[in-house]
Amino acid sequence: MSTVTVDDVAVAVRPGFWTRERRVGAGAVLLGVVAAALFGSLATGADARFTFSEDAGGASVAVNGTLGAVLFGLVAAAAGAALLAGLRARWFIPLLGVAVVGVVLSFLCWQVSAAPAGQNFMPLVNIVRGTFILALPLIFGALAGVLCERSGVVNVAIEGQLLMGAFCGALVGTMTANAWVGLVAAALGGALISLLLAVFTIRYLVDQVVMGIVLNLFALGLTGFLYERLMQPEAARYNQPPRFEAWPIPLLSDLPLLGPALFSGNIFLYLALVLVVVIHVALFRTRWGLRTRSVGEHPTAADTLGVKVLALRYRNVLLAGMVAGVGGASYTLALYTFTKNMIGGKGFIALAALIFGRWSPTGALLAALFFGFADQLATYLSAINSNIPSEFLAMLPYLATLLAVAGLVGKVRAPAADGKPYVKG
Amino acid sequence: MTDVNAPGAPAPRSNPDREHTEAEHTDRAGVAGDDAPEPAAARASGDTPTPADQDGTATLLRLFVRNLWSANTVTVTVLAVVLALVIGAVLIIVSDPDVLATFGYFAARPSDALTSSWAVVSDAYANLFKGAVVDPAAVRAWADGTGGWQPVFAPISETLTYTTPLVFTGLAVSLAFRGGLFNIGAQGQATIGVILAALAGFLLPLPPVVHLVVALLAGALGGAIWGFVPGFLKARTGAHEVISTIMLNYVAVYFLTWIIVQDGVHAPDRTDAISRSVDGSAQLPRLLGSDLRVHLGIVLAVAATWAVSWLLDRSTFGFELRAVGANPDAARTAGISVGRTYVLVMVVAGALAGLGGSNMVLGSTASALTPLVVAQIGFDGILVALLGRVKPWGVALAALLFGALQAGGNRMQSYASVSLELVTVLQALIVIFIAAPALVKAIFGLRAARAARLQTSMAKGW
Amino acid sequence: MEPGEIHALLGENGAGKSTLMNVLYGLLQPDEGEILVDGRPLRVRGPGDAIAAGIGMVHQHFMLVPVFTVAENVMLGAEQVRGGILGLLDRRRARRRVVEVSSRYNLQVDPDAVVEDLPVGVQQRVEIVKALTRDVELLILDEPTAVLTPQETEELLAVMRALREAGKSIVFITHKLKEVKAIADRITVIRRGRVVGTARPDASEDELAALMVGRTVSLLVDKAPARPGAAVLEIEGLVVDDDRTCRAVDGVDLTVRAGEVLGIAGVQGNGQTELVEALMGLRPIVSGTVRLAGERIDGWPTRRVLRAGVGYVPEDRSVDGLVKEFSVAENLVLDMYDQPPFGNGLVLRPDAIVASARQRIPEFDIRTPSAEAAVGTLSGGNQQKVIIAREMSRPLKLFVAAQPTRGVDVGSIEFIHRRIVRERDAGTAVLLVSSELDEVIGLADRIAVMYRGRILGIVDPQTPREEIGLLMAGVTGAESGSGETAATRPTESGTAPSAGTTTVDESGNEESR
Repeated sequence: MSTVTVDDVAVAVRPGFWTRERRVGAGAVLLGVVAAALFGSLATGADARFTFSEDAGGASVAVNGTLGAVLFGLVAAAAGAALLAGLRARWFIPLLGVAVVGVVLSFLCWQVSAAPAGQNFMPLVNIVRGTFILALPLIFGALAGVLCERSGVVNVAIEGQLLMGAFCGALVGTMTANAWVGLVAAALGGALISLLLAVFTIRYLVDQVVMGIVLNLFALGLTGFLYERLMQPEAARYNQPPRFEAWPIPLLSDLPLLGPALFSGNIFLYLALVLVVVIHVALFRTRWGLRTRSVGEHPTAADTLGVKVLALRYRNVLLAGMVAGVGGASYTLALYTFTKNMIGGKGFIALAALIFGRWSPTGALLAALFFGFADQLATYLSAINSNIPSEFLAMLPYLATLLAVAGLVGKVRAPAADGKPYVKG
Repeated sequence: MTDVNAPGAPAPRSNPDREHTEAEHTDRAGVAGDDAPEPAAARASGDTPTPADQDGTATLLRLFVRNLWSANTVTVTVLAVVLALVIGAVLIIVSDPDVLATFGYFAARPSDALTSSWAVVSDAYANLFKGAVVDPAAVRAWADGTGGWQPVFAPISETLTYTTPLVFTGLAVSLAFRGGLFNIGAQGQATIGVILAALAGFLLPLPPVVHLVVALLAGALGGAIWGFVPGFLKARTGAHEVISTIMLNYVAVYFLTWIIVQDGVHAPDRTDAISRSVDGSAQLPRLLGSDLRVHLGIVLAVAATWAVSWLLDRSTFGFELRAVGANPDAARTAGISVGRTYVLVMVVAGALAGLGGSNMVLGSTASALTPLVVAQIGFDGILVALLGRVKPWGVALAALLFGALQAGGNRMQSYASVSLELVTVLQALIVIFIAAPALVKAIFGLRAARAARLQTSMAKGW
Repeated sequence: MEPGEIHALLGENGAGKSTLMNVLYGLLQPDEGEILVDGRPLRVRGPGDAIAAGIGMVHQHFMLVPVFTVAENVMLGAEQVRGGILGLLDRRRARRRVVEVSSRYNLQVDPDAVVEDLPVGVQQRVEIVKALTRDVELLILDEPTAVLTPQETEELLAVMRALREAGKSIVFITHKLKEVKAIADRITVIRRGRVVGTARPDASEDELAALMVGRTVSLLVDKAPARPGAAVLEIEGLVVDDDRTCRAVDGVDLTVRAGEVLGIAGVQGNGQTELVEALMGLRPIVSGTVRLAGERIDGWPTRRVLRAGVGYVPEDRSVDGLVKEFSVAENLVLDMYDQPPFGNGLVLRPDAIVASARQRIPEFDIRTPSAEAAVGTLSGGNQQKVIIAREMSRPLKLFVAAQPTRGVDVGSIEFIHRRIVRERDAGTAVLLVSSELDEVIGLADRIAVMYRGRILGIVDPQTPREEIGLLMAGVTGAESGSGETAATRPTESGTAPSAGTTTVDESGNEESR
């Protein structure tokens, strides 16, 4: 009853020729060849230009559309072939990365080259910046997930925490006309949902997933209700939040490409990146992190060594709520006014990013960026009148996560005690 | 033996009397602890993930269901509803600037604050009741001949109209729950169901009755397909159904928004995202004339409740489902195919949710696809299932309560200008409270004995 | 307790030993009574207090975080940190501490190894090191030998002696008399939560056993000599993997004949579980064949195996045997619910199910308030009898019983043993798997000793216990390999599927410690 390893997604792989690496490799070869053939034949002979600016001007890299599509497809296939040949396990992730990037580039070569004349360029600064902006709530949300789930509490309520944070940030920010106060209020708003999650799951032992789902609906109803009662009739009093303006970082913001894309953002962007590093270091290098992980893996063992399991869980869940609350504020205190259901499922993509990133802060960051990129790509493609429906790109994060949990992309292993209430004795 | 001495200190002989009593009472506590059979020890220390270990969540789900049932259902439910209404009242008050203003001088004239609070709250809840059950004014009008019978039954008709899809999705969640799966995907299953039902409804030229049956079956099929995927993934790869169903919900939503605007589906004379309307021959007939919206769906819902109840208690598949849900390892050992059961459970649950979705477009609430056509019926279905203690007839009653809240909420919104969102808050609060009976009882000062029992049952499972 | 003393706490399963020690360690709170340290009452509100008071405990179920390294496990809760409030872990110092303590007491462990990859015996060493780094003066060892081979046990006893030399006190919880006699300075016997006596280690085993059990229990079963008939179960070259795709059963050949009991003896975790699960179709077979009355049944689904005439008592009844929420009646038809008269594949016949239960409850002496009572409310012995009743209600060719009397009261043990013998006498082949050597000796007509996935030998139940014990430790013939840990797998040298009596060369892979 102690060393229960929840290995939900362990596929019973018999050590034979068809290891997981080989199967993924075969898939990558197939995908790469299909990409090369399909995208290559669809692409026009026009150049696909990737500019390092926000528009058509400036430095750029241009590739012949057909050539690029075929070439990058073959790169992906080659990476797959390398996996198929049976390279060591540590090459798995890099090669998989090469294969994915290859397919994506092949796809882009086709799309950009096939765009209407005059529009066949891709402004990379826009894309990178958009990716980060769209990924922001996902990063905060996934970090909230990391904090909770590493200490053994499943956090399905990320959506609700983000929403509550966005709402409280907008409301208090407007009423005090101070973005900083709004930020604190947003953190407290997220923490409120967390507090409910913590009390009901830790003290009253309500199933954590059930509680998360119900809390999402609760947050949706509560913010929607107050929005319609307060914010809609009197927007000036309650819903015109002050904004954090962009803070270009001296020197760094002058860098080409990365400067305007990354170092000219607002406080939320910097905060997200700093939090990823801080939480990563804290989780794997500090006493708090060791104890948190032990509580998420084997609370009884932690208890026998004098670690206060429940207190630690309370603390981490509250912390998670604050992080997610700030993530919600990254909408209302920087971009938009509050609207009903404005998070619109981002909390669940954040959950997906958490799983896809294997419960690690850096993994979650990468997954969030990947999902943000898919989102930004959809916007870009509809701008160039692409024939790819944006809905299918929007599905991408969910489908990718589905494949991940099905064990097709890699073995995903949750903290062993994730989702289990701890009762002494 | 019970004396512990730091080394180096002389060890006093222990007092046999005290030893005796101590040992005696530890025995009581020991029954659970030491009786734990050795295999567990061997497994745990051997650190081999056994089939038993692979599904920790299923164990918890089992316990959760047991705890739901063992609470004193009626009392706790009533108290939970009361508590939710009280909190709802507070929300109404604090969100009304006029009433809040009266609290500004509460100390000077408390009566102002209290009467205005009472006025706004009673107005809201009175309209909630009038919209859900019966409006006395309509009864009076009917009695003295100034009004027809329709307005009297209109609230009930509305309630039943909103109840119908919730019964289906509630059953979909419950059935999966009993089979040990937490089906968060009823929303997605209903979405695919509504798409296929609508497509069948306006693409197939069929005679009246046949058309309706085909459209319903198409809806059920759509849901079944969307239920099959997580069931199959769970059976084959162990992918957790909570995660896969969440993901599939969103895939379904994007699929819906995509398909609405495709040629042949999109309404030709409209520019916004709306599909063609379902043919009249595929619509569920209204039961009480065209003025009242209640339709055949409610009859189907009752039939579905009965069918699920029969399936669970009287069929061999129900036996398999319950066995797998309660203890998949024992079921497997007794020769039941757990994977097959998971797949079947999800297919049936998906079909039910798909039928619920079909009701949204074949019934009287809408006749064409829009991005929001399924509303929240899948997520509400989770709440309904929990409130109904995942038992078929309990689910039907819970759906009735939620349907009434919806219907009443509509009236509350238009007559008392209290946002319909309050209903979502009330629903969530009710379920939060029934999920934590110990809290409800503590608030009302009832015996806290339950809390203790709840804990022990959890402890054993863990 | 005196300093530098090994005090054995002896008692049967469920006597309250572990509970008592959990109270002492602060995991459970006493209902009444107190604990004295140096004559002063000590309140242990949590393990933290116990650790502060110099008490350490090695739990029966190891308290190690599987995905952590040894060093991380050892430092958890008492981390060396630097960087002030940042609390950065000082891994180097932690590693040094592990090496220092483990070399002082000759407990070799690699501080950087990940615990889940370590064999059980080594994990136990980690537990002991963990306690020692906390400067304990009193070490509680809860059933430490349950998962060890006799040789590993010897090493553990050596470590305990070394600790005693160093002035530590040890509470040694066990129900094995030999170990107690070998090492204890003082013995306290516990029965049903009471101290029933104390003894010196020179007391005879019979004396101790009588104290422990309360009355003399004979595990010997009255039975006539077996009259074996034709071979019913034939296993050839069976290879099975465990959940981590490690070889668990490594080329087993066995034959069980009608009318005989073949017992499989061995320390828990040597492939018995996987062997039985593979027979039942619960676990995939890597290679080899299984025949039931001449027909190949390997690769069959469980249901088909059961219905071909195999009765199966799984080793963990609460996990694999019963659906606790289900009634006694439902559990009695758990494998037959879709067969007439209980059902027809579609519709269930609840009245027939209950009627059949009413008939079987007295027949199998199941003490239950009613046929509709949930099985979870019954005592362990009666739960086990429900399984026995269910599995013996079909016409059987083969009866497979894994740990049939584990955690079961004495009365039920006798009943279950009688039923097994009766089944044998009716001409059924019986395969009995038990880690209780006494049970195997008492019940079996032939004993196969299993060690690391192989059958090391098939012996007569009259064989001296010591000889069987040596086989269980993997020692065959005249060779005496010692100092081997249970999970260091033999390298490919000797993995050719070995018939029952092949001698396995163990001296070649003796592990250096």
